[in-house]
Amino acid sequence: MSASEIGFLALALLAVIGAAGVVLIDNPVRSALCLVLNFFVLGFIYFTLGAPMIGITQIMVYAGAIMVLFLFVIMMLKRQGAMAKPDKPDSRLGLAVVLGLALAVTVYATVIAPQGVTLPLGIKDYGTPQAVGVSLFTNFVWPFEVVSVLLLVGIVGSIMLAKRRI
Amino acid sequence: MNYTIPTVDWSLVLPFALVALTGIVALIIETAHPKRDNGLIIGVSLTGLAATFVLLLTQLVLPPARTFGNMVLRDQFSVLLQLICVAATAVCFMFSDGYLREKKIAFGEFYPLTLWALSGAMVMVSTDNLLMLFVGLEILSIALYCLAGMSRSEARSEESALKYFLLGAFASAFLLYGIAFLFGASGSMSLPDIQKAVTGLTRDTLPMPVFGVMLVLVGLGFKASLVPFHQWTPDVYQGAPTNVTAFMAAVSKVAAFGALARVLVAAAPLHQYWFEALYWIAIATMCIGNLVALVQKDVKRALGYSSIAHAGYLLVALLAYTRDPDKVSLGTTVFYLIGYAAMTVGAFAVVSLAAKGDRDGSRYQDLHGLYRRAPFATVMLVLFLSSLIGIPPTVGFFGKQLIFLDALRTGLVPLAIVLAVNSAVSAYYYLQIMVAAFVSEEGAARPVSRKPGAGMTIGVCVCAAGVIFASLLGGYVQETTRTAALQAKPVPGRVQNQMEVINR
Repeated sequence: MSASEIGFLALALLAVIGAAGVVLIDNPVRSALCLVLNFFVLGFIYFTLGAPMIGITQIMVYAGAIMVLFLFVIMMLKRQGAMAKPDKPDSRLGLAVVLGLALAVTVYATVIAPQGVTLPLGIKDYGTPQAVGVSLFTNFVWPFEVVSVLLLVGIVGSIMLAKRRI
Repeated sequence: MNYTIPTVDWSLVLPFALVALTGIVALIIETAHPKRDNGLIIGVSLTGLAATFVLLLTQLVLPPARTFGNMVLRDQFSVLLQLICVAATAVCFMFSDGYLREKKIAFGEFYPLTLWALSGAMVMVSTDNLLMLFVGLEILSIALYCLAGMSRSEARSEESALKYFLLGAFASAFLLYGIAFLFGASGSMSLPDIQKAVTGLTRDTLPMPVFGVMLVLVGLGFKASLVPFHQWTPDVYQGAPTNVTAFMAAVSKVAAFGALARVLVAAAPLHQYWFEALYWIAIATMCIGNLVALVQKDVKRALGYSSIAHAGYLLVALLAYTRDPDKVSLGTTVFYLIGYAAMTVGAFAVVSLAAKGDRDGSRYQDLHGLYRRAPFATVMLVLFLSSLIGIPPTVGFFGKQLIFLDALRTGLVPLAIVLAVNSAVSAYYYLQIMVAAFVSEEGAARPVSRKPGAGMTIGVCVCAAGVIFASLLGGYVQETTRTAALQAKPVPGRVQNQMEVINR
């Protein structure tokens, strides 16, 4: 096992622990902090894949800005109604676990087992800020512009849903 | 680092830009005159839509073209679908004002949001790049999540928005996962490149694209409400304000089937892997849609199940086309979508008359007395429902006939038989809706009170004209899309591999 494989496995393990923590921990603040861990580690995985631009964005936007928003919302809502635990375990939980495992097995059996797993190698200069910028403003300029409509929809839509009655 | 800025043909993106800008202008009017009459906003929006419609008509005869680094594709298929979307949106706007006023949710933001949703649908149908498809889908979906929850005093509307949002986000995740697999297998997100890349794959390398196509089909199947991804449809159709439901039923379905057609054409080399699955999905969609509709007590819910059934019919048309593109044309799908948009928007427009106060009256008995109050609209409702059943000489009949013949021609006899049987079964619940509209209002819990306004009458007339006269377009659509469909197949030449571009 090479050093890069060990590094990847360590990071992947941390990311999975973080993701599991988000779902399993009852306290919403701790859950959100687990999400921070997951976002951070994901950022590092992007770095190891030779995509520093997306790694930086991941840490700045997700682990930074978005998490602050998450925590704000959790802390504002915390007073109203403590997270009530259901009295009995949800009967659909078992079904969800079975279906989730079925999907995982399908992915493994149809894709991973026949093709084998190789550690992805970052291509040189693939994800540098410069390369990302160039492709954003050449081949991907149109989707980049169209996304502005998406943001506009998000802003106007949320204001419409949140504003007082007319 | 050397790079070239791609040349841009602006005329290809002009229809999209026009619609999006009309939305911005409408929003500016709303901010300048809050709480005013929405007449000006509607006027501006309809003018913008009319201009877009004319612009698209002039583009119908132009040869297929691509621009913006192959991100935008204009062919006859995309122009025709955009025309349907624009016309359906215009009709929704015509009858929206009276309905929103009656329900006391006359938000000016409705119009810009709907225009942007339309622009998202236009992006979706005028591209063969999975990235653009996804961006378009998200614009359409996010706008629809907000619009579905517009009637905030109704718990049902909020429920429908939340349900739609959660399930929609789930479906988007499937779509993205599939796109990632296809990108991994081919190194490109452009469908013609993917088609080329998957053509020569061996047994060892095949699983990845096959799995990717399956996941993409799940994501698009959700949007098109194919069984078993249809669960959201009746709840959302029932809970959303009726004008939003009309928009959703028409535009969202057109966009989903436009995207589905392009993905299936690109996935044609993997035909043997997905055809069987979609074959059974088509049967299940037709049967479950119609059978469950039979027991509904709510008009909007019944029409929701009816839209699922129609998605099944459309899937039969697509399957026949992908099975033998030389014998049948993609025009059948386009033609059916024209008819479907006209009759569905028309039916929802008339049903929206049953709203009273701030509540949606959409149970069968809420329609009682409709004939007395709005005789013209009720007669038109009969026309739309006859078309949904498929009674000649409406467009619904000719559309189903074309699909039936296509299925026979390509040897899909079981699908043709299931389609015919389902059409007969569906007559029962459409007739129930018709009868409800003619029952007198005595004994009705909440009889219809509102008289249709001028906008409603015009909108209903446009739909009726579509239902009656669209059949004349059948031959034209078949011919036009025949040239376009060839363009949907791979264009030999430059393969835009993203990795190559970056490495250069």
